[in-house]
Amino acid sequence: MTLTLRNIAKTFPGGTRALLPTDLDIAEGEIVSLLGPSGCGKTTLLRIIAGLETADAGASIRFKDDDMTHQPVERRKVGMVFQSYALFPNMSVRGNIGYGLKMQRLPRAAIDARVDEVIALCRLEPYAGRTITALSGGQRQRVALARAFAPRPRLLLLDEPLSALDAALRGTLRDELAALLRQFGITAIFVTHDQDEAMAIADRVAVMSQGRVAQIGTPEALYRAPETAFVARFVGNSMPLGGKIDGGTLHLPGGDLTLNATATGKAAFVRAEDVKITADGPLTARVETVTFLGTHYRIALSGATDAPLFCLHQGLTAPKPGETVRVTIAPHAILTLEPEKAAA
Amino acid sequence: MRIGKALQLAVTLLAAAFLLVPTIQSVLAGLTVNYFQGLKSGLTLKWVIEVWALYSGSIFLSLGIALACLVMTLLIGVPAAYAMARNPGRLTRALEEFISLPLAIPGLALALALLQLYGSYKGFRLSWTFILVGHVLYTLPFMVRAVMSVLAAIDLKTLEEGAASLGAGPARRFVDIVIPNALPGILAGALTVVTLSIGEFNLTWMLHTPYLKTLPVGLADSYASMRLEIASAYTLIFFVMIVPLLLAMQWASARAQRITR
Ligand SMILES: Nc1ncnc2c1ncn2[C@@H]1O[C@H](COP(=O)(O)OP(=O)(O)O)[C@@H](O)[C@H]1O
Ligand SMILES: [Mg+2]
Repeated sequence: MTLTLRNIAKTFPGGTRALLPTDLDIAEGEIVSLLGPSGCGKTTLLRIIAGLETADAGASIRFKDDDMTHQPVERRKVGMVFQSYALFPNMSVRGNIGYGLKMQRLPRAAIDARVDEVIALCRLEPYAGRTITALSGGQRQRVALARAFAPRPRLLLLDEPLSALDAALRGTLRDELAALLRQFGITAIFVTHDQDEAMAIADRVAVMSQGRVAQIGTPEALYRAPETAFVARFVGNSMPLGGKIDGGTLHLPGGDLTLNATATGKAAFVRAEDVKITADGPLTARVETVTFLGTHYRIALSGATDAPLFCLHQGLTAPKPGETVRVTIAPHAILTLEPEKAAA
Repeated sequence: MRIGKALQLAVTLLAAAFLLVPTIQSVLAGLTVNYFQGLKSGLTLKWVIEVWALYSGSIFLSLGIALACLVMTLLIGVPAAYAMARNPGRLTRALEEFISLPLAIPGLALALALLQLYGSYKGFRLSWTFILVGHVLYTLPFMVRAVMSVLAAIDLKTLEEGAASLGAGPARRFVDIVIPNALPGILAGALTVVTLSIGEFNLTWMLHTPYLKTLPVGLADSYASMRLEIASAYTLIFFVMIVPLLLAMQWASARAQRITR
């Protein structure tokens, strides 16, 4: 493994336990995303890796054979893209991108060559001479990325690089960022609270909750085989079905569903795209609202489960609100997981 | 509407005239051959030259003290403002209040305290550095506050973290990031310090010795003991020195404020 994190924990003065002891291994060239809701400790973990925050005693951060646990940030050779970008307003775009190279005391010509190379790579040619204040949000984000990448860091860290942009821009820039990171071929850790962003960019996603890594795996694995109720809800937007599992059967207010295996005492979850409206379904439900979304309808159903159940319905027509329909959920589409403990 | 505008203009002109007429009169007095005969006696630079002969020492002393005061407030004030901006908290607030104390205390009281404390060190008491200490005490809060207000408006911590992640140590960060971004505040503070130091009278009058008269102390001296034309010519010289500084200070403060917002 390229980057090995062992026993990383952080207790802030005042007693906030932002991060519980965490281990993480990241391979050469891998892009790993730290995904979790706000306040779960993503930024804290990233800042500890960068050296901007010191972990509690007992931590170990190794990059290949180099122990960087106690190295100051300026010697870690780690590129960082900040949430606010933190571009230097007193320097031009070129000045910002060249700053890390200047710190390495490279000759003038080598700096210029590398800056040109990175500017071309990030398609910043038209803006090279501008001041930072004359850039749009998306351009600033690319300059921040170029600045972090120019000094050839061994690791690139990005803290919610898309969150400062407006929603319309975020989608396109997400794909652009994913493509650039692949092109760089660099080991990168990418923090986000948006599961689509994590899925689109990362090779592996570490889902974090309340200061710990709940599960780490490929986007597919997290989506198809979540290990905890939190991961199922956060990554796949799975809905808790409620009801009661008895052996291989799930008893719901609207009828009984068959499960793949016995799962007494566990909680059942399902995704909206796996809820099907069929003529012979085992559940009875009442249509509450129908929203047309272009490729499909989003239908809220009541009566089948305690909480409203959502269904993504494909087809040219949809049932009307007030109608009673029959609903099927295939046994393999029902996730049975340990019930969530109420947050301590 | 139109009457309102006209009234506004009239009041403004009146107020300006109220300030301007005595000023022009005083300046003219310094340039007329004989004030009591009025302008018809003719214009002359005689009085200005005489003032220069009598008081050029004061002018150079004032400029010297103002520059030395500027150097001191830069050396003390900029790092202090930086440290305080980087460590906000109760202690910083208390410290800020403390260095601002000389603003609330009359210059006379400050001077008296300095005299009581250091008056017996004759070498120091009789040297220009004694006046300098008073000026530094009095002008330091202006420098600190001007720099702090600009630093408070930028996310200095994250900017420095960015520089650190790119390999810059603490000294490089101070030179490459802190100083350039604080520059508008430093400039506004510097002009304020020089202007205040050149114009300072209260404190300086208490601290001065017969051989160490600054520009305003000399002015008071000329008013008390010279003929009116010389005193007026002195006023003229004082204006010529202080007005451009005041204008530059206004400009720099406005520039710094644009950043703060
Ligand atoms: N400097 C700090 N001092 C005290 N508590 C902090 C500090 N920084 C973060 N925290 C706390 O640590 C927790 C995790 O914060 P953070 O890592 O920023 O979360 P995230 O980036 O996942 O939103 C939060 O409860 C936050 O309030
Ligand atoms: Mg964060």
